[in-house]
Parts: sequence; C-alpha cells; structure tokens
Amino acid sequence: MTTTATNVNTGSNYVQGATGEWEVVIGLEIHAQLATKSKIFSASATAFGAEPNAQANLVDLGYPGVLPVLNREAVRMAVKFGLGVGAKVSRRSVFARKNYFYPDLPKGYQISQYERPIVEDGTVEVLLDDGAWKTVGITRAHLEEDAGKSLHEGLGAASGIDLNRAGTPLLEIVSEPDLRSAKEAVAYLKKIHTLVRYLEICDGNMQEGSFRCDANVSVRRVGQPKFGTRCEIKNVNSFRFVEKAINYEVMRQIDLLEGGGQVVQETRLYDANKDETRSMRSKEEANDYRYFPDPDLLPVELDAAFLDEVRRTLPELPDEKAARFQQQYGLSAYDAGVLTASRELADYYEAVVREVGGEPKLCANWTMGDLSGFLNKENLEIGQSKVDAPRLAGLVKRILDQTVSGKLAKDVFEAMWTEGRDADAVIEAKGLRQITDTSAIERAIDEVMAANPKQLAEYRSGKDKLFGFFVGQTMKATGGKANPAQLNELLKKKLGG
Amino acid sequence: MSLHTHSIAALAEGLAARRFSAVELAEHFLKRIESANPRLNAFVTITRERALADARRADEARAKGGAPRLAGVPIAHKDIFCTDGIRTSCGSRMLDNFVAPYDATVVEKLARAGTVLLGKTNMDEFAMGSSNETSYYGPVRNPWDLAKVPGGSSGGSAAAVAARLAPAATGTDTGGSIRQPAALVGISGIKPTYGRVSRYGMIAFASSLDQGGIFAASAEDCAYLLHAMAGFDPRDSTSVDSPVPDYVGELGTPVKGLRIGLVKEFFGEGLDAATAALVQASIDRYRRLGAEIVEVSCPSLPLSVPTYYVVAPAECSSNLSRFDGVRFGYRCENPKDLLDLYKRSRGEGFGAEVKRRIMTGTYVLSAGYYDAYYLKAQKVRTLIANDFRRAFAAADLLVCPTSPTPAFDLGSKVDDPITMYLNDIYTIGANLAGLPAMSIPCGFIGHLPVGLQLIGPHFGESRILSAAHAFQRETDWHRRTPAAYA
Repeated sequence: MTTTATNVNTGSNYVQGATGEWEVVIGLEIHAQLATKSKIFSASATAFGAEPNAQANLVDLGYPGVLPVLNREAVRMAVKFGLGVGAKVSRRSVFARKNYFYPDLPKGYQISQYERPIVEDGTVEVLLDDGAWKTVGITRAHLEEDAGKSLHEGLGAASGIDLNRAGTPLLEIVSEPDLRSAKEAVAYLKKIHTLVRYLEICDGNMQEGSFRCDANVSVRRVGQPKFGTRCEIKNVNSFRFVEKAINYEVMRQIDLLEGGGQVVQETRLYDANKDETRSMRSKEEANDYRYFPDPDLLPVELDAAFLDEVRRTLPELPDEKAARFQQQYGLSAYDAGVLTASRELADYYEAVVREVGGEPKLCANWTMGDLSGFLNKENLEIGQSKVDAPRLAGLVKRILDQTVSGKLAKDVFEAMWTEGRDADAVIEAKGLRQITDTSAIERAIDEVMAANPKQLAEYRSGKDKLFGFFVGQTMKATGGKANPAQLNELLKKKLGG
Repeated sequence: MSLHTHSIAALAEGLAARRFSAVELAEHFLKRIESANPRLNAFVTITRERALADARRADEARAKGGAPRLAGVPIAHKDIFCTDGIRTSCGSRMLDNFVAPYDATVVEKLARAGTVLLGKTNMDEFAMGSSNETSYYGPVRNPWDLAKVPGGSSGGSAAAVAARLAPAATGTDTGGSIRQPAALVGISGIKPTYGRVSRYGMIAFASSLDQGGIFAASAEDCAYLLHAMAGFDPRDSTSVDSPVPDYVGELGTPVKGLRIGLVKEFFGEGLDAATAALVQASIDRYRRLGAEIVEVSCPSLPLSVPTYYVVAPAECSSNLSRFDGVRFGYRCENPKDLLDLYKRSRGEGFGAEVKRRIMTGTYVLSAGYYDAYYLKAQKVRTLIANDFRRAFAAADLLVCPTSPTPAFDLGSKVDDPITMYLNDIYTIGANLAGLPAMSIPCGFIGHLPVGLQLIGPHFGESRILSAAHAFQRETDWHRRTPAAYA
C-alpha cells in the first residue's frame, strides 16, 4: 500500500471559537442493512417497499411461543466485513437481548450482540481532501435485528405499526473516536459505504435506510487531553446531512461552552429542513436496557474452515484496487481513489482501457471527467449510464486516431449521451471529423493571414501574443475541426514567413 | 367400560384389533371429563368436536391400514402449547382471548402420531407456581382430596391423568412443573433433557430451563408418548440434533448392576419423615433388584433454589415483554396514551405471581445489579452442573424424593411465596443442569400419594424409563386411582 497514515492532528481542522481554538472529536455508528434474502431470525423476505406487514411472519410479530433461528448468510456477511477491515473475527460471539418497550419492537427486546460482537479491532484507510491518508479504527461490528416502523400519518389519532422491517439484519459498525472534522467523518462514511458495496453485503441505499449513521460528537480545547462530553446525533441519512449536522453540532457545543455552559450528554435529532439538531432524550432519561445473553440462541461458533472459505470469496478491495490502478495504469493516488470508489465504476474504467487497448490516463480522464459529470448532473449510478464502456472506448479511439480533436470530442460525447448513438455515427452525422489534411489547413491559414494584414505585421514585428489570435481565427475558419497540433505547427511556419 | 384404566399399549392394541373405535374411546373420555371437570377444574378448554374429528380420522386410518401406533389414543395438552385455531391461554387473563394461529411442534408431532386432542389443561399462570393456584381460571383440585392442591404448574394435566380423564397429557417443566404435580397426584411424569423436545410453540417462561414432557399412569405409557414428541426441530435453535432412541423397546433393560446414587444433600432437613421412609423403601427395592447403591455429593445443590429464583425471573421478565396489548392478547379499555396502554394492559392482564417474578427479574438484570445477581447465579448454575457431572461419574442414575411433602391444602402457601418456592427444592437442580428427570409413585402417606424422583445424565431418558419400568413391574402404586374416578 502506498499510504502513509497518520492520526496526528495537524491543526488544520481546528475550529476557531471566540475564546480560542477547539478540536472536534467524532465517532460514527453505522448501520448497514445486510443484503440477505430473508430476515436475520426468520424466513420472511427483506425486500423494500412491500405493503405494510406483508413481510412479517409470526416470528417477526413476536407471537407467543415462536423462536428465532439465526440466518447463516448474515453471519457470513458480517465475517466478510470483518476480514475486509482486517479485524479480529471472533470464533465465538453471543446474541443478547436489549430490553425496552416500543410498539415497533414486537418482542419488547431487540436481539443484538453486546458483550461478544462478531467483529472487533479493525481499521480502514481514508483518503482526505488534502491527499493525506488517515487510519480510522473500527472498535467493533456486531449483528442485530432492525425494529419495525411506526406510521403516524393518515390514521387520525392512532398510530400504525409496519413490521416489515422488523428482523431485518443489520451490521452495526462502530468507529473509534478518531475523526477530527465533519469532512473526515464523511470521508470515513464514504469509505465504509464503498467497502460494504464492494463486499456485496449491503446495497448502500441511504434513501431507503439500508445505510444510515449516528454521529457521536464532542469538542475540546486544543491541548486538553480529555474528551469533552459528547452528544449522539441520530439517523442522518445522507453524506451531505452528516456533514451539516456535525458542523451545526460542533458550533452549538462551542458556543455553549464559550458562553459558560455545559454540554449535556444526550441524544439529538438532526432536522434537515431547519439545519439544526435538537434534543431527543438525555442520559437521565435513557433506558436501562437490561442486556443479558439470549437463551433462545446458541453462541455463534465459527471454525477456521469457515473463515477460510469466506476469505476465499473476498473480492479485490478498494485499497488494493487503487494501489493496482496506480501501479498498472500509472494513475495518481487521487485518480485511482476516485475510480475505485465503487466497484462498478472501477469495472467500467477497466473495460474502457481494455477496449481501447491502452492509454489508461486518457481513459481515466474521460471516465472521471465528462462521463462522471453527466452522471452527476442526472443523478445516475454508473450502472445506469447512457454511454456504456465500449462506446466511451469507441470515442477515445477516435481521439487517438485523430478522427476528432479532444475539444470536439466533448460535443461528440454529449450527442452520444443524449442521442444514444455511438461515436462514429455522431461524428459522421455532424461532420465533426477532424481535418488532418495539411493542404486544407494551409489553405485556411493563408485565408486568415490575407484577411488580417495588420495583425500579421504586428506579429512579425515581435508581438508574439498574437499567435493565439491566429490559432483562434484558423480554428474558426475550419469549423473547429482542424487538428490542433498540426494547426500549431503549420501556423508557426507560415507566420514566421 | 373401563377403557380409562387401559395402558397406552392396551389402547393401541385394542384400537388395532378394532375391539373399540377411536370415536368410542374419545367419547368415553369426553364423558368422564364433562362429568369430573366441574369438580377438578383440570381442563380450561374441552375440544369435543376436534376430538371426535381426530378420532374419526384415526378410525379411517386404522381401517385403511398403516396407521401410526398411537392412532386414536386420546391426549390433552397443557394450555401453554399453541394449538392452531384453539384458544391458548397459558392460564392467564392476558391470553384469555388468544387463539393461536399455529401448532407447537409438540402438538404437530403428537397429531401426526395419530393422537386425539381432548382439550387444553389448566395451569399456573404462565407456568409460574407450584400449586396451580395462580391460574386465571381458578385452582385445579387434587383428585385424591379436593381440599388439596395437585401441584403445579402443570396441575391440570396431572389431575386429568390421575383422575383418568385422559390416558396421557403434556406438561412443561421449568423448575419441577411436571415432576412435582406427578408426585402430588400419584402418576408418572418425565421431564426430558433440555433440548430433547422442541420448545417451538411452547409459550416461554424461562427459556434456558423450560422443557416439554409428558404425564401418564406409567413409565411405559410415558415411553410411547415421549418417543412421539422428542426429536430435533430446526425451528428451535436449542433443540439437539441427535437420534431419538426406541424408548419403548429399551424399557426391558435390567436394573441389575445399575449404580444408583443417593445425593447426600437431598436427604437432610426439611424432608418430611414419612416421605423419607417411602423413598428409602424404594431404594431398598432397587437394591433387591440388583442395583448398586452409592452415595454421592452435590455440595452446590442447596443453592439451587436461590439460583433458580434469579435466572427464571430474569428470563421471564424479558420473555413476557411481548404481552404489551399491541398485537394480541389483553388490551385495557380506552388507553389515554402509549404508556397508559402498556401499564394498564399489563397491570390488568397479569396476575400477582407473574408480576412478582417480572419485577424480580427486572431488578436482577438492572444496571448495577446484574453482576451481583444474574451473573453470580449463572456461575452457581455452572457449579451445580459440575456437581452433577461428578455425580454421574460415580452413578448411572440418581434417586431422591420429588417433593418434600405430599399435597398440601389449597390456600395454605399461596400468600407465602418463599415457602411455596421451597417446594421445588429437589426438582430445580435438574432444570439448572438441563438433565432428564422423572417422578413415579412410590407409596402413600395416608390417602395422599408420594413421588420418587429419578435423575439421569444428559440424554439418559431410556435409562430413567427402564429403571422406572422395572420398579413399576414390582409395585402397583401407579395403578391406584382415586376412588371417585375408578
């Protein structure tokens, strides 16, 4: 790996308050919904969007007498994650009951791993905006079941309960308090998001709630060894909101402390409409969950053979892939990082390179530039791209064989995107073929020179800056189609007399 | 007709030979139930139509040939086992209106074995009690003396079999709830090894201790039923995947050479002298049958009652959280908000003993108390299990009393939970260690029966049943019936 990780805060993250500088300390708890077909303790389906309670069987409803049976696939996925972050995968983990009353919690307890989680002590490397790498510790990741949903709309004074989500398998990934700014938190969150999708253990869909996060935020004066009192911000459901919610919370805490107040340990909810956090419940109001090992479930015992079997199914992970991209394609760390942010994007890029038969840097520029631009503009995933890899490769080939200039290629790409045609068809139809015929370019230069005698004279008397003027005029005369390199060369010769 | 005094084997043989039909048999028992139940209160639901339908199906199967060996044998289920389409109340107001939408595995297996369901039996509320006095449906009475308790929590099943209202009935045993009532009404009852019988569909009291089992007149009868009930169930993660032995076929295993261990700690203070004498006489009988009697010690066993009364309430406090008035069961009238719904539904739906245990359990699991109570209790539980392991190195089977006294008067202990809890002193150990154990009748004190308890090593059901069978070939205590139900 080509990373040089450091957890030393360089100070660039410090927040300036009215009375001095503050350091921000953040830890994230991420809930990743595991992509199993059925629930963690029952055979009900987990698909999103079904009619309320259509995917809740007697086990999910917590009927008298029913018992949970662990879904082995959920365990396999948790192990995959553990191996993917270089963590210790426990040979023996234990499910406990977290007891509290709520209508969307049918049994009156949530089954969750508590004292003996399946994954402990992992790390991920996160690439920060300034190009530096940071190691973020993962304290633990444990398996648990999701609760249902309470519905408060359209039912008059009553509330409805939808238990479709009850029993959906979750992997709760708890980071160390290693993050020092909202940006770092988002970078870490994105890294985990990338990782779970690489591992194919979570679809990462934040809108449907299959990837969500709580942020523990505190501040302390620079140099103060002890952490400040933290607040937990619940269920922030987009990368942008995570950043905004943390930044709001940081300023709230600093203002509070600088005003002589105290931060109260509490759970706060982020309101995206108002861009603020507000108190949900304080530590004093917190439940005593009365955790104890669930007697209905045996401890999860994993043997070496199973761990090896899972290890063999691990795909090339983002960091490995990025390192390979740098080495194999000569890309910068930044480019390699962007292209490996999702497995699909990386696959797309590699398909373009393969099809073109080389020129990895040019392929990278097109993938990260125009293609990503259009995807972002239309809010599409790479899998939904209107220009597939062979077609983008077709365009790159036409740039390489000088059929189109790089500049006109942008227009070609736009037409390919909107019209759904391949590069050659667009080039033909629009007559965008590059002019590489020397005599044709020379003819155009002659015409421009003849039409601009004054500028020609000035140029020849030493006003070099006018070279650009002649390039522009000649390009215009050829409808932008002249090969730029040839044009430069011929122009230089002719203007020189 | 005296069909109600037949053994299971005799019933099966009679049905197979078409000497009587399953419908006749069901009708015979239904009539006995309908006549006796107003006095005994053993049944909370009599499933007359279901019984006759089951019986007709059994008769058809018998006529066609190839019917299972228990086809047409009537049974009753403790009302803790979920029965599809039939109210399953667990002896509680909380589930008075609860019609289960599915069959427990035990119910399913016994139905597949061809048995005929006569009804659901009364029990202590959520199986919490040793006298059957905590039932929402009122106490069950002991067929030997209506002023006495039948024991609990499976008191209805025990009384039903004792009064020959059913040839066999299911029960559950968390701290003695099969063995103690079996002893108090003079019948045989076995609690198998934890994990031997599926808990799926058996409403949970204390999940790590609960185990389903069976009551019948004799060990032989129990062997027939247990064989049909036992076995691995993929729906219960704690059920054990090991083959079910041929309990009936192995009944003849001789006692000669069997090492019978007497647990020193079980013969100390608190044991009624007359009971002790009957147990001693039973031990002498085993010696005469060729068993070797050895003394063993289980020094941690006296801690079993306090240990149990931490572990069981802890698990029950969590298991009973699902009864919240939201999805099924009792819901209070006009709740003003969510908290009110919870408080009143649970406050009105549960009885005093259940509430006492929920509160005890909630306390022992609370932050700051967990280590001192729950964790400590789990450690003691391990010590007790280790004691038994050592004992079973020296002995093949342990023999001791089932209950310190014969049946006591209704109402005499109901206000004194500690005294009531001490009733379970000889039975709780087997639950804490997950061991199979059985109670069989071994004599009478006055007109009241006394039980002898046999405890085996894990999966030693066959050994227990054959030792009990050997005893019952030499004695007729198990054939005695109360005069009013002869």
